[in-house]
Amino acid sequence: MEGFLPLIWVIFWYAASAPFIIYGVWRLKKVMGEHPESKSMLAVAGAFAFVLSSLKIPSVTGSSSHPTGTGFGAILFGPAVTSIMSAIVLLYQALLLAHGGITTLGANIFSLGIVGPFVAYFVYKAVRSIAGFNIAVFAAATLGDMATYVTTSIQLALAFPASAGGVMKSFIGFSGIFAITQVPLAIIEGLVTMLLFKYLLELKPDVFRIFHIYIDDKAASTET
Amino acid sequence: MSELRKLTLIVVILIAVIGLLTAFVPGMIGITPQWSGADTAASSKIGEISDYKPWFSPLWMPPSCEIETFLFSLQAAIGAGIIGYIAGLYIGRNETKRDQP
Repeated sequence: MEGFLPLIWVIFWYAASAPFIIYGVWRLKKVMGEHPESKSMLAVAGAFAFVLSSLKIPSVTGSSSHPTGTGFGAILFGPAVTSIMSAIVLLYQALLLAHGGITTLGANIFSLGIVGPFVAYFVYKAVRSIAGFNIAVFAAATLGDMATYVTTSIQLALAFPASAGGVMKSFIGFSGIFAITQVPLAIIEGLVTMLLFKYLLELKPDVFRIFHIYIDDKAASTET
Repeated sequence: MSELRKLTLIVVILIAVIGLLTAFVPGMIGITPQWSGADTAASSKIGEISDYKPWFSPLWMPPSCEIETFLFSLQAAIGAGIIGYIAGLYIGRNETKRDQP
């Protein structure tokens, strides 16, 4: 989508994303300084986003799209740290694959690296208070993925309002492409994220304890 | 069967079901699937709404489809390699801990 956003929106989305990236770098330094043992899990979170965003999966609409892989990092390290990981993924794809783009980088960081992880983080917190760990992780990763593509649709609708019907009409059009295509992919992302959490919990439960993830769960005490 | 194995099996089955649905649903609802990227569809949608022309083109494009596939695979391989390495590291450490009580 390189060059598809008018310059004013390019500047707007860069400006909107910048504070989150700056805060994310500060958070990342803090996490690595306070919990050096979490570095390996930071690598896993970044790597997971790398893998999932490289998989272009066909969907029920007859188009293909890719999952985001940001839910895992958002639940474990918070949304700001995940923004940095998304920025790395987006730079790789923009520079080497002509996928995304430098002009759309700000807008893509905002949807993939900020809105998605924030939604995942808060959905996890909300669902975890009323349901089990697996369901909370699944809901968070699925809805975070969906939120990313709904945001993309909003961004395009704002830049390209329909001459009759305006932003709303365009939004319906773009979300018909992005959001509907994303539904099965988001469910897959939710399932795989849940599974990754379960595997890592079995291998290294102590890392999850320092971030207060899973700490209140009965299963954690029996599994260790 | 352990909880983790059961969960893995359920996830694999669910993903297989989603895969099957993907193969048949477009035909059932009357879409001829192109399986092209959603961003390609969005670009043509922009063309319908306005006569907008992209004002910037990618700095570098993969010269062929094969090279693009290679770079996407490389991205997945780097990620999968890191996850596999760290998971293996933890398994090894857990085994060492068990051997030396």
